[in-house]
Order: sequence, then structure tokens, then C-alpha cells
Amino acid sequence: MPLFDKKDKSRYATFTRRSLGLGGGMALVFGILAGRLYQLQIRDGDQYMTEAEDNRINERLLAPPRGRIFDRFGVELANNRRNYRVLLVAEQATEGVAEALETIGKVIALTDAQKKRVLTTLAQNKKFVPVPVAENLSWEEFSRINMHLPYLPGVQPDVGETRDYPFNDELVHILGYVAQVSPGDKKGDEDALLDIPGYRIGKKGIERQYDEVLRGKAGASRVEVNAYGRVIRELGHEPGVPGQDIWLTIDHDVQQFVSKRLGGESAACIVTDVATGDIIAMASTPGYDPNLFNIGISPDQWRDLTTSDHKPLLDKVMSGVYPPGSTFKPVVALAAVEAGLATPDYRVSCNGAMTLGNHTFHCWKKGGHGTLDLEGGLKNSCDVFFYETARRLGIDKIQEVALKLGMGAPTGIELPGEKSGFIPSRAWKQKRYGVAWQQGDTLSCGIGQGYVTATPLQMALEVSRIASGRSINPRLVHMVGGELTRRETAPPLDLSEQGLARVREGMNQVTNVPGGTAYAFRIAEPGFEMAGKTGTAQVRAYSQEEHLRGVTKDSALDWKLRDHGLFIAFAPVATPKYACACIVEHGAVGHPQVLMARDVLLYTQKRDPLGMPAAYPIKAAALMGGSVR
Amino acid sequence: MISRPYAAAKRTLSVADKLLEVNWGLVLLITLIATGGIAMLYSVAGGHFHPWALSQLSKFIVGLFILAIAATIDVRVWMSLAYPAYAVALLLLIAVDVAGHEGLGAQRWISLGPVDLQPSELMKVSLVLALARFLHGKSVEEVSKPLNLGIALAMIGIPALFVVIEPNLGTTLIIVADGCALLFLAGLSWYWITPALAAIATAVPLAWRFVLHDYQKARVMTFLDPEADALGAGWNITQAKIAIGSGGLSGKGFLNGTQSRLNFLPEKQTDFIFTNFGEEFGFVGSVALLILFAVVLFYGVQIATSARSQFSRLLAMGITLNFFFYIMINGLMVMGLIPVVGIPMPLLSYGGTAMLTVMFGFGLLMSVHVHRQVEIPRHSGGII
Repeated sequence: MPLFDKKDKSRYATFTRRSLGLGGGMALVFGILAGRLYQLQIRDGDQYMTEAEDNRINERLLAPPRGRIFDRFGVELANNRRNYRVLLVAEQATEGVAEALETIGKVIALTDAQKKRVLTTLAQNKKFVPVPVAENLSWEEFSRINMHLPYLPGVQPDVGETRDYPFNDELVHILGYVAQVSPGDKKGDEDALLDIPGYRIGKKGIERQYDEVLRGKAGASRVEVNAYGRVIRELGHEPGVPGQDIWLTIDHDVQQFVSKRLGGESAACIVTDVATGDIIAMASTPGYDPNLFNIGISPDQWRDLTTSDHKPLLDKVMSGVYPPGSTFKPVVALAAVEAGLATPDYRVSCNGAMTLGNHTFHCWKKGGHGTLDLEGGLKNSCDVFFYETARRLGIDKIQEVALKLGMGAPTGIELPGEKSGFIPSRAWKQKRYGVAWQQGDTLSCGIGQGYVTATPLQMALEVSRIASGRSINPRLVHMVGGELTRRETAPPLDLSEQGLARVREGMNQVTNVPGGTAYAFRIAEPGFEMAGKTGTAQVRAYSQEEHLRGVTKDSALDWKLRDHGLFIAFAPVATPKYACACIVEHGAVGHPQVLMARDVLLYTQKRDPLGMPAAYPIKAAALMGGSVR
Repeated sequence: MISRPYAAAKRTLSVADKLLEVNWGLVLLITLIATGGIAMLYSVAGGHFHPWALSQLSKFIVGLFILAIAATIDVRVWMSLAYPAYAVALLLLIAVDVAGHEGLGAQRWISLGPVDLQPSELMKVSLVLALARFLHGKSVEEVSKPLNLGIALAMIGIPALFVVIEPNLGTTLIIVADGCALLFLAGLSWYWITPALAAIATAVPLAWRFVLHDYQKARVMTFLDPEADALGAGWNITQAKIAIGSGGLSGKGFLNGTQSRLNFLPEKQTDFIFTNFGEEFGFVGSVALLILFAVVLFYGVQIATSARSQFSRLLAMGITLNFFFYIMINGLMVMGLIPVVGIPMPLLSYGGTAMLTVMFGFGLLMSVHVHRQVEIPRHSGGII
């Protein structure tokens, strides 16, 4: 039997042929594989290389400690405290983030709103980024989380830092507050810190104005991670730069006194160092607790803040604009001396009213004051005296002096949101309204009404400049980091010393001479006497009939319709050191603002922060002693 | 009876003579590739022999012994063992469906004491043996006869059915492809082949509908659009492409791959080991590896076409094609050209059963080479 029959030969030929065919097919497949390798590794190699790097390296940002804020004696006004918090890493939450939140909610209290916020934040961040679920936990809550950790995949307990304002609402309008970064905050701000979930930035006050200084520089930990985001090793550590501390000119002790003294009134009060413009205290009441905005404010609390007629959110010191009323009279008086009008012989006779055209301008005193000189006009706050003086001066001369005293333009205090009052001129009215200035306008301005407005801060600057005779500017920040802020000895005002002396004397008579409008509220203790000027800012116009009825003094009038009470003062009279401006909204009855200013000035003088040794720490004390005082 | 004296002389070769006849160049090539695989396992473990490299090395050494033993056993002995081996593999395959345990979402292993056995791997070699045995006696005309064709298709279809319900789509494909390739090589008429190809073209949509598991469908869908679910089901494909692509021209260097080492690649040590190779050795290294594979396949085809019996030829070509299908499916899969199916890269991927069956396959190939002059009568059933 032949082994290789014909059939076998034909099989062999078929097999060889087809084998070679399959071999060709294999070659083709290998060609495809090689081509694909070319595509992936050569053509798109760079792109995949980038993606691989992204995969491998995680930049974990580290928030540096925020700079603290001190008062002039080193009292911590804003600091950082430990913040026990719970973080959640999405990709490690093996049972899903919603379930993870449910489980956390069984261990510590979580509101639905909190859960919703966490889910939103998680969705906005990469899966490996830890997102805060709950912050400011008590030690007890924090321990509970730690205890349940084995059942909470993806949950990381963390001890971070959070801002704390130990004095709550006392300094809120100065310090402002920090709060979570909003999408709008990221516009135009490339700082990587803002991307850290839960990071807080300054939203108001010093916190906002000096935010970048206080923030410091983000540290980063470059870590190699695996696909689960778990850190394999640290490739590099950049510790970042802690935020710089800020030292204010504020004396917390006085600030606290002022804040308490204003109490629940809708009021504002500023205490300044007349030689330098340094602000020693500055309060606007009622305030609010800045910690609320850091921790999270409830809708109810927010509604209370926004709907209160005492406007707690408004910083009345620099954002409240009021007619200065009679506190403007020293400005007019000064202008009169400067213009050569108010010579020592200058007299105005007051019989209770003054007629201009067909309009009658009343003095606050029905019977009139009789004949008055400049000092007498101020002492009695005689409206007719200042109507007549203003009429003869003209508005432009008054404006000139007002501007020299720091009114009519922002003072440039180191806080965001400062508003400016306004001092009119003839040209302004023509341009603004296309109408010529009227003499009646001048008369209104002469007693601080009409177009004239000012912020309490501007009034404080006005009285400080009058008291010191120097063109000082308000200053709140003494030192940033280790660096003193720019500080020059203010040059004397471009006003005659004679005029300033006469105005100071007039203001002295207001408080210290019987018959002065604030004589009843004087500081009687020798050496602490203050000079001042009262004022009333009308909230609405009164009819003549109301004037005659004396309704303006009516304590039965609705609170909101009552006039604002104003007072500016400096002390001690002989050698002015401190100035004070105080306003109580709708507080014209009983002169609470004068009482407050008196108490504040007396307290300040007795404590005498300017005279305390080493008022500022480090080299500041020596430096100040040499150049300024 | 024997027409060539040379052949008669070969029949009396001693074991030592046979070992000298072994194509040691091919063995060296295989060793080179396997060494590359062990180096990759060392790398993905972060530069450690544990847990994979050392274990793989020992398996490879066992594999080398298996290869040598298989090579020295007369090809006619293998022919006699073809049907029993097929029967045993089929029984184990049925057993795995009954007693096997779930691994990676599929029921593929059977525990034999300390060894986890994957019967589907055994079946690939057994099927090649059995089909070669069956087709050995069939002339070109006989292969195309319906009865013979029916028997052959049943031999392919029954194990394929048990593998597909495990479920293991990749291995099923390889079993079916191996079987069909052998029928093709045995001379199956184009009158059968052409309509069969047409039928497959129509059956694919039906299979999609009724046969494929949800996870298999998901893999296909994911393959079509991996970025749609980049962190879910598309993860494998996306990360594999990043790993290979980031290797660039010359690679990141040995032990410097980041993708696979940092667990961005699931099953980095098994099915996706090639991605680490591509990442660390780049285009140059990957193509060099492909060339090594191609040379192995070339040897296989050369051995097959040089053999003097139909059983030897079919066996050698079946083993070669089986090896090729592994490379093709795994290569296309990790490079994102076909959906992810669980097929390892031969000689590179970590895994005992795969390594041992591949080495056993090479042993059979070598047996064919050693006994290439042996002629087997058409109606012989082997020598046992």
C-alpha cells in the first residue's frame, strides 16, 4: 500500500498553498499592529505622554495660615483656630458619594442643604480632590467620625485652620470677614488657592482690602498617585508662604468701649489721633458677628440682617452719607475768617429768621440770638449768623475751605467701599442741572443742609484737621508684615492759624461756656475738657407750621422720621490730642450722640493710648517717637 | 513498507538524538520573549520579583521541561493520545461549569488542589490535536463531505459552547478560529467556505441580540466610544492607549513606566502586560517584540510545511495559528482596535495555565519538527 498516493500529494499541495496564504494573513495582521503602534507612539506620542503625566502627578495645594490682624498693642483681633472637619474624596467613596453622605449623616448632623452643597462641590472638582463635608465640628463629633472611619470609605477626618474673630461684632466693620469663594471671586484672580475646596477669602473690610497679603502663597505637595488617587510618594513639597500679619492703629480697649457705648443705637463713632490721623476706634452699630459668614449664615439670620431698619450690614462710618448739619458751621466760620470777612469786629444780628426774596429762613431759636460775633455764632449754633455769613461769602469760598478740611472727596482710608459726601460749587450746579446757583442754596449750605453731605469719617477728619491744623489723613493700617506703612509728618493746613484758633475757641464755648449748645454735656474734669460742635441732620423737610409747633423736638414722632443727631469734638481743649465724630441716626432727641462722644473722649483721654509706652511693637515705637510726635 | 532508508533510521532515534534534533534556535527565541515578559512583571510590581516575576520564571522553567519532554515523544504517540486528551479536556470543561468558581466575573477556573486549572486553555491544544487526528485520514474530497464536515464542526462546536457559557468570549473565538483554520488547511472546498462566511456576516447581529452577555455588549459599546465613560467601562481602553502612546519612540526606559505600575491599568500583569512593554520600550522595542513573534510564527509555518504527514502538518499549523490568534487578539485589544476580551499575550502575560499550555504547544510543534521525516499511513491511529 503506497504511503504517498495521488490524493496525499494533492492534499500536501493544498495544505502548503493555504498555509502560505494564512502566513500572508499573519503578516498583514502584524503590519496592522505595527501601524497602530506607529500611530499611538510616534504620531500621537506627545499627547499620550502628557496624559500619562497628568495621571501620575497630582498637585495638592496646601493653604498657608492666614495672616493675623492685631490692634496697636498686639491684641489679636482676627486669628486662626483649629477647625475639625470631615473631608470626602469622591473616588474613594466606593459606595457612591450620596450613600457616603447618608452614612456620615448618621454619625454627625448634616442638613439637606449641606448635603446638596457638598454634592455640587464634588461635581465641580476632580475626583481625587478632598471636599469638606462638615467643618467646625466639636471634639465629640470629630471623635465619633474617627471611630466610625472603617465604615466610611472615602472619608478623611482633617484638622485644618479657620478664621476666628474673638471679639465678634465689635470690629466687624473694620475687619470685615472671610467667606467661601464664589464663582465671581475667581474672575481676574488666578491664585491657585481659590481652587481649594472650602477655602475662604476676605469679602469685606481689612480682610478684603489686604486679602492678598493675608492669604500668603499656596504651598503645594506634588504627589505621585495611583489610579485610586491614593498617594504613592511625595515627589516634592513646597511649603508655601504664610500670610502676613497686619497691625492696625486701633486700640482694642477704646474700640470695645465705643462699641459698648453705642449700644443698640443705629450709630457711628470715630476716635482719631489728631496729629497723625491714626484711627484709634471706629464703630458702626449695630454690627453683626463676622464668624457667621465664615461658618455659614442661616437664611433666617441673613434675613434679619438685611431687613433691620438699623442697617447692621452698613458701615455708617464711611458708607453712610448724611447732611452734616451744624457740624458744618465751623467750616463756614473758618472760610469767613480766611476770606477776611469775619474780622474780630464782624457781627451778625439774629432776630429768629432771615428773609431772602420771598422765602423766610428760620433760626432754630424762635426769638433769635441778638447780635453775635463769630465765636458766639458757633457757641449758639445760630442759624441766622451762618445764613448771613454764607450769603456774604458765597458758596465757592466755603467749598474751598471744606475741601481743605478733607470733605467732598474720599478720605482714602484703607478699607473697601468708602463713600464720599459732597461739597457743591456754583460751577457744579450749572454743569449738573444747567441752572444758576441761587443764594438760597448758599444759605442752606451755610448750616450744613442742602447739597452738602458728608460721611461721619469725613466729619472726623474735618474736626481732626481743625484741632491739629495739619493736613492729616485717616490711617488704619500701621504695619503689614514687618513693614511699616508709609507715614509722613502731615504738613500744616493751607489755612491761617488765626482762623483755626478762633474756630477752636468757638467750639470751646459750645461745651465749656454757659449757654453753649452742649454746655450741659461738657467734660467737667480739669485737663480733660473737650471742645465740640453739635449738629442735626434733617431726615425730611418740615413745614413752617411744624416749625412753629416745635415738632422737630417731638419725641413722639415716628423713630424713622426723627432727625439724626451729630457731634464733632476734640480734647483736651488746650492741646488737642484726640478727636471724635459721632452720629446717632434718628437720635436728635436728648442728644445721645453728645453724651456718647463725651464719654468716649473722656475714656480715651484717661486711658491715653497715644501716651502708653511702646504703643506699637517692634521698631515702630521708636520710629514714631522720632518722626511724628 | 517504508520508502526511504533515512526515515527508517530516524525511527530508532534515542532521546539524546532527539534532543539534538530540537530546533534550539526557536527555543532560544521563545526564552527571549518569555524573559522579556518576566522583566515586565518585575517592572509592574514596582521593581520586585514578588508577586509575579519569580512565579512566572518558575512556570516558564517548568514549561521548558514540558516542551523538551513533548518534543521527544513520537508524534505518533501524540496522535494516539489526541482523542483521549480531547475527551478529558471536554469533561473538565463541563466540570468547570458545574464546580468552577467565579474569577473576574466569569467562571473559568477549576481548583485542583493548589493549582487553578483553566480547562478552556487545555481545550485549545486538545482540539488542535483531535482535529488533526480526525482530518489526517481525510482526502480533500472527503473533508468536504457533509458527514465528515459535520463531525468536525461538532468537535469544534461542543467545546466552544461550553466555553462561551462560562462565559469566555475570547477563548471561544480562538477555539472556533483554530478549528475552522484546520478545516481550511485540510482542503475544505470553497463551496462550503464562501456560504459559511456569508452566514457569519448575517449571524453577528443575531449573536449581539441573543448570545452576548450584557458585560460583553458593554465592552463592545465601550470600545466604540471609550471616552464616553472614561472612568468607568472605558477606563481600560483609554488607559491602555495612554500607556502605549506615552512610550513614544524609544520608551521611558525599563522600570520607568508610570501608567501600569501605578495601577492606572487594571490587570496590568495579565492581559495588559504589553502596554507596559510599549510604555517602557517605546515603538522601537514594541516592533522588535513583534518581529520576534513573527520569527516564531515563521518557524511554525516552516515546520508545518516541512512535515511529511498530514497529522503533523495540521498539528504544527494549528499550534502556530493558535499562538498567532493569541497575539493578534491581545495586540488588537490593548491597542484599542477591538473590544476588550480576556485573552492574554502569550509568553508575556502572567498566568500558569496559559504559560504551560503555550509551552506544551511549542513542545508538540517541536515534536513535529523532530519527527518531521516520520510518515504516518492515512488510516493509522498512531502507535499506542
